[in-house]
Amino acid sequence: MTLFQIASRVDARGLSCPMPIVKTAQAAKLAAPGDLIEVLATDPGSTKDFVAWCRTTGHELVNQDLDLATGTYCYVIRRK
Amino acid sequence: MDEPLNLVLFSGTDDKLQAAAVLTAGAAALGKPVHLFLQYWALDAFRHDRIDRDHGLAPEAGTEGREHVDHLRAAGQTPWAETMRQAKDLGGVDIQACSLSMDLLAIDQADLDPLVDGVEGVTAFYLNAAAGQVVFI
Repeated sequence: MTLFQIASRVDARGLSCPMPIVKTAQAAKLAAPGDLIEVLATDPGSTKDFVAWCRTTGHELVNQDLDLATGTYCYVIRRK
Repeated sequence: MDEPLNLVLFSGTDDKLQAAAVLTAGAAALGKPVHLFLQYWALDAFRHDRIDRDHGLAPEAGTEGREHVDHLRAAGQTPWAETMRQAKDLGGVDIQACSLSMDLLAIDQADLDPLVDGVEGVTAFYLNAAAGQVVFI
């Protein structure tokens, strides 16, 4: 069941730093204010990066999950 | 975040250019202006017919470092030139060639990759750097 109305998705699985953030910044540029962006990543450093990126840019980190079985992080960000 | 990040790229090996590309893309993603000033061997690496070539590694990498870098590459790490292109797509990234280094290498802007926005001297670089940090790589 989808908990969020996702407007756009970024698949950054397999990408190393800083590409998950770069791809998300690109998606945020194209999104409308208030849109939810879902990001999938496998870079363990991305957890701190997404917190820092949202704090600096003003976008909101609405949710974050880790699928332990696959090592996949899922972030949901609300565009400023 | 309004003060620019000013990176002076001197070294032309792939490991240092990769590190510079990561710093550039990270800052661009945060909305921070980035000025790159290309000198010597870094400028040589930005020639349009050389940018996607193998530029080797810094001597301290050694054979073990070479293996680590090759492993990351095989795992699909984005090459530094492509990381720079994506950083430029985000906006706020200005790449200038050092005019003295252009003379040194006896090249003009037509020899450079389109990533390079122009040629300037060190005075213009410092003027644009304003109160932002200057990092030499």
